[in-house]
Amino acid sequence: MTFVIQQTLLYAVPLMIVALAGVFAERSGIINLALEGIMIFGAFIGVLFVRTMQNYDVFTAAVKAGDWMTLQGLEILTMLVAAAMGAIFSLLLSFASINLKANQTIGGTALNLMAPALVLFLVRVLANQNTLQMATGDAASWFMIKKSTFGIKKNVDIGFLGETFLHKVYLATYICIILFVVLSIILYKTRFGLRLRACGENPQAADSLGINVYKMRYAGTTISGALAGMGGFVYSLTTANCTANGDVAGFGFLALAVMIFGNWKPGNIAAASLLFGLFKCIAAAYSSIDINGDGVFLLAELGISSHLYRMLPYLVTLAVLAFTSKKSRAPKAEGIPYDKGSR
Amino acid sequence: MKNTLLDIYEKEGTKKVLSSLISILVGLFVGAIVVVIVGLTKDTITNQGIADGVKLIFAGILCTGRNAAGELTWGFHGQALGNMLFRAMPLIMTGLSVAVANKTGLFNIGAPGQYLMGTMASLMIALGVPSGVMPGWALWLLAFLGGMLAGALWGAIPGILKAFLNINEVLACIMTNWLAANIVTWGFDVSNFKNIVENTKSGYVYKTTFGLTEVDGAWTYVNGNGIATAKLGLDKIFSGSQINAGILVAVLFAIAMYILMNKTTLGYQLKACGSNRHAARYAGINDKRNIVLSMAIAGALSAAGASLYWLSGNTEFFWSTYQSLPAIGFNGIPVALLAVNNPIGVIFSGMFMAMLDIVGQNLTGYTAYNEYITDVIISVIVYLSAFSLVIQTMLPKLRKANAANANAEPDPVKEEETKEGGETV
Repeated sequence: MTFVIQQTLLYAVPLMIVALAGVFAERSGIINLALEGIMIFGAFIGVLFVRTMQNYDVFTAAVKAGDWMTLQGLEILTMLVAAAMGAIFSLLLSFASINLKANQTIGGTALNLMAPALVLFLVRVLANQNTLQMATGDAASWFMIKKSTFGIKKNVDIGFLGETFLHKVYLATYICIILFVVLSIILYKTRFGLRLRACGENPQAADSLGINVYKMRYAGTTISGALAGMGGFVYSLTTANCTANGDVAGFGFLALAVMIFGNWKPGNIAAASLLFGLFKCIAAAYSSIDINGDGVFLLAELGISSHLYRMLPYLVTLAVLAFTSKKSRAPKAEGIPYDKGSR
Repeated sequence: MKNTLLDIYEKEGTKKVLSSLISILVGLFVGAIVVVIVGLTKDTITNQGIADGVKLIFAGILCTGRNAAGELTWGFHGQALGNMLFRAMPLIMTGLSVAVANKTGLFNIGAPGQYLMGTMASLMIALGVPSGVMPGWALWLLAFLGGMLAGALWGAIPGILKAFLNINEVLACIMTNWLAANIVTWGFDVSNFKNIVENTKSGYVYKTTFGLTEVDGAWTYVNGNGIATAKLGLDKIFSGSQINAGILVAVLFAIAMYILMNKTTLGYQLKACGSNRHAARYAGINDKRNIVLSMAIAGALSAAGASLYWLSGNTEFFWSTYQSLPAIGFNGIPVALLAVNNPIGVIFSGMFMAMLDIVGQNLTGYTAYNEYITDVIISVIVYLSAFSLVIQTMLPKLRKANAANANAEPDPVKEEETKEGGETV
């Protein structure tokens, strides 16, 4: 059970934060199809940053001394760097779709093509292989929080909650959850959030009340880019052991599906991403899931092909979309370039 | 003369072509800039290496290799050109697929999945029917049509979801892509089409030149008993390349699509649904049927590209593909965008993209750079085509300028553009 919850969270949290990234863009009126590309880019930047840090004394000293406070601080710093670069990368989309009134689907697709190409090109030039890894050592041993981090011995049982949420976890997961809550409150309870949402529903009306629609849309996509970039790094840190290979396994698109399923509302999105995380977890690790802890691996013993398990997340997405899309209510003005002259 | 040139320039079609050519040029320049920047920051790349990289980006198709002195040599290279045409073949088909869907207002990002389903159906028919049951050409045709049918059915799924359940076709296409990747892997995993004769080839399906033959009472695969696309002497012109008559089939398909979209009632209905679904319904056009039909046609085209590629007889399919989608499918998007969704234009943009492919190979082979730079170039081109309308309006309006200026300006621009365009053919 502990294993299932931990694995589910590992997949659900990047989905959740990237789906929220989608919400910020679409609520301001811009379809951000580039989430996947920005995630790939953010993952690359984060891994590259950690790899570069390895050359500096602060990092090596902290690793040697087992100074986990510094290491966690560096993890947060990396997340911030990935977020910043994600935001900068997303400016390409904002510029095309806000200033040049371009087709947002094509613009997003361009970024989705650009990110893996650029990342693979640079990884090849930098590392002479197709995956960017740590120069030495194992990222999990530095960044993962374990019992030993708090000075507790390995064989001491710290209870179900402790084992699940404090042992073999990443700080990044919890930061993302906190960020998710804070940003949801900002979206719904502040003046800025209200204005942002107005620009996605009726930009003409918003403009008539003195809100700068262009600025708001830039804000929406930039926040979106930052969250997606960070989500990309969190994904690669927690599920790919801090490596970058120009691929996030379609997570950006799954996040879009989660966003639509969640009806563009943070609460529903959180629930939806947990559901998807669970299916991703089943697809990735069905053979080692022991539901009630009696040593029987039920899912593996059912004898269903592993191919079917791998198809589950996508099948569920389609089924769920089929049931919810009639009711779904997208922001009214999404995808339509704002033109001051039209009404 | 002055006026005819001006007339041509003022035409809408010319502006579209010009904006595409500008996109291509900017894309190539961005690629060159990346090459220069990376070259300057890496100590291992010399100035000569940078210069070679830039040269290859602009004219890589004419590169014939390195001579004894280590310098790049240039000239007509039959093998490279033939391979370019061979790779253009599936790209033209996926490009047509995306273009036809685009005309109906649908963004077909599902081409990779449709391509995979076509691959599976074609290969399974070609390898599953014992040799001797029917003549080779009949089996080839059956495999080709079977592939198209599989693609059409697979493409219709997002169409149905869009038409009847209002699911965004982009999302549905992406999900069906990954489903197709898993289904194809599953299908070949349980099949006996896996190449076990040549034990150096693990993870590959038999080439279609292998035929199921009864030898001493046991069914085995024998090389040479299978099928392959006819070459029609094209391999004599482009010696050493993989080219075959499939490229002609692709061109015929492009012409057929042009006729379908522009000269038939069905094409008109499809386009009407694309420009305004509600108005089309008001005019008595069955919009739901047309959306499904458009996606089915798009799926059939992508799958036909796959059939042409894998029935060539000299290509081998890596079947365990559940973690990756074929790039040829995705590259149909830039092919269609570059051609502004014009089926005839797709022929040329497909060849251009195939040329970039060869350029990338040369970059990997002859310099310290790698083929992914060409993907960067492609993405820049797609990015620019997202606002090609803006580029079109930015083109100078010559009618208003004075006559002397107008005469001086367009000619050098045009010459340069046609040179660039000429390279693509």
